[in-house]
Amino acid sequence: MVVNIWTAADVARKVIDNKELFILDVRNTDAFEDWKIDGHKFDYLNIPYFELLDGVEEILPQIPTDRDVLVVCAKEGSSIMIAEMLSDAGLTVGYLAGGMKSWSMYLEPIKVGDLSGGGELYQFVRLGKGCLSYMVVSEGEAAIIDAVRFTDVFTKFAKEKNITIKHVFDTHLHADHISGGRAIAAATGATYYLPPKDAEEVVFDYAPLEDGLTVKVGASQIDVGALYSPGHTIGSTSFIVDGKYLLTGDILFIDSIGRPDLAGLAEDWVADLRESLYVRYRALAEDLIVCPAHFMIIDELNENGTVSKRLGDLFAENHGLNVEDEEIFRSMVTDNLPPQPNAYQEIRHVNMGKITPTDEEQTEMEIGPNRCAVR
Amino acid sequence: MNITKTLDAKGFACPMPIVRTKKAMDSIESGEVLEVLVTDKGALNDFTAWSAASGHTILEQKEEVGVLYFYIQKA
Repeated sequence: MVVNIWTAADVARKVIDNKELFILDVRNTDAFEDWKIDGHKFDYLNIPYFELLDGVEEILPQIPTDRDVLVVCAKEGSSIMIAEMLSDAGLTVGYLAGGMKSWSMYLEPIKVGDLSGGGELYQFVRLGKGCLSYMVVSEGEAAIIDAVRFTDVFTKFAKEKNITIKHVFDTHLHADHISGGRAIAAATGATYYLPPKDAEEVVFDYAPLEDGLTVKVGASQIDVGALYSPGHTIGSTSFIVDGKYLLTGDILFIDSIGRPDLAGLAEDWVADLRESLYVRYRALAEDLIVCPAHFMIIDELNENGTVSKRLGDLFAENHGLNVEDEEIFRSMVTDNLPPQPNAYQEIRHVNMGKITPTDEEQTEMEIGPNRCAVR
Repeated sequence: MNITKTLDAKGFACPMPIVRTKKAMDSIESGEVLEVLVTDKGALNDFTAWSAASGHTILEQKEEVGVLYFYIQKA
């Protein structure tokens, strides 16, 4: 039987279209338990490739024949070997080209909605890592918020739509992934903004992103307005786009809230986090649509693959917004936090411009889930 | 430590280091030690997990100028 080659884009379609898929993950059990390809209707079998070197006969009864079967490993080599063994045994299977490495890197642009005057808001969903970047498009111009490091995805998208990238923002100094903001700005002549309170150690020039800053995008003058909302970092800033969308960065997610410890100051920033979530956001219109910089679990995806929800609904449903007692809140966001993201200190240094790793080193740093939230 | 055999798997990517190591282990006797040289960084976790699963013991491992050395005693 043939061995099919799947791209990360093919897998992303299965996730977004809510399709069934059987994944045979041949990485180590630790690696699988830490991080895997999540889908609403995916089933899994995890058997490390080195346990199958003598043959795949023993697992054949566990492999379904009534749906697609995809073999996955870290980079692809082992999955090709196992896929060929399964093929020799008479099964039709596929392997994921580039393995989890390519899954971690794949970005799917999805339209979130329309803005006034024909403008549009796009979300770039990095399914493998749970990162969400945004592009505000309006009559030939664009602003980008929280771009991940695959800058050509954004510049190509802009080119295809014949738009000029004018403004590039990071809501905060990221610790879980490497920002593409500075590189996009350098390549396009756009202005790169960072919150000054997060940028004390950065070694490059940037424009200050401060509370109340408003930029206008395109001829229809869509407002992208900054709202200081510290807590995940001391500089964390949100955006209100066109009076309709609230881009929350890593402060508020769909089913969780930001963690205050990734820059090392959890105790100091708890009060800021609480103030941002319980006072500043409370003062905003409940009809704003929250668009976060991350999702943690696949259940946070909407039917069209985007990640967004009405602020009023989050006030009602998000546990992190409903902890009345300040002490309980403090304990929730400082005790028993999940493990920190892989290489988060090094990633912060890359985003400060202090170190410049190779592409391959950057890929290694970003392996694994983002872990920016407290549930 | 008495090294019975050395396997040079430098330059090979996953899964070849483990595939070759397994073959080399099949050619030595129980209690004997295989030395393996690998450059693929992914090998670090794989060798630990593979040894644990197959019952072999990693007596020692080290990294020198980008090369990983494993000393594996056959079960």
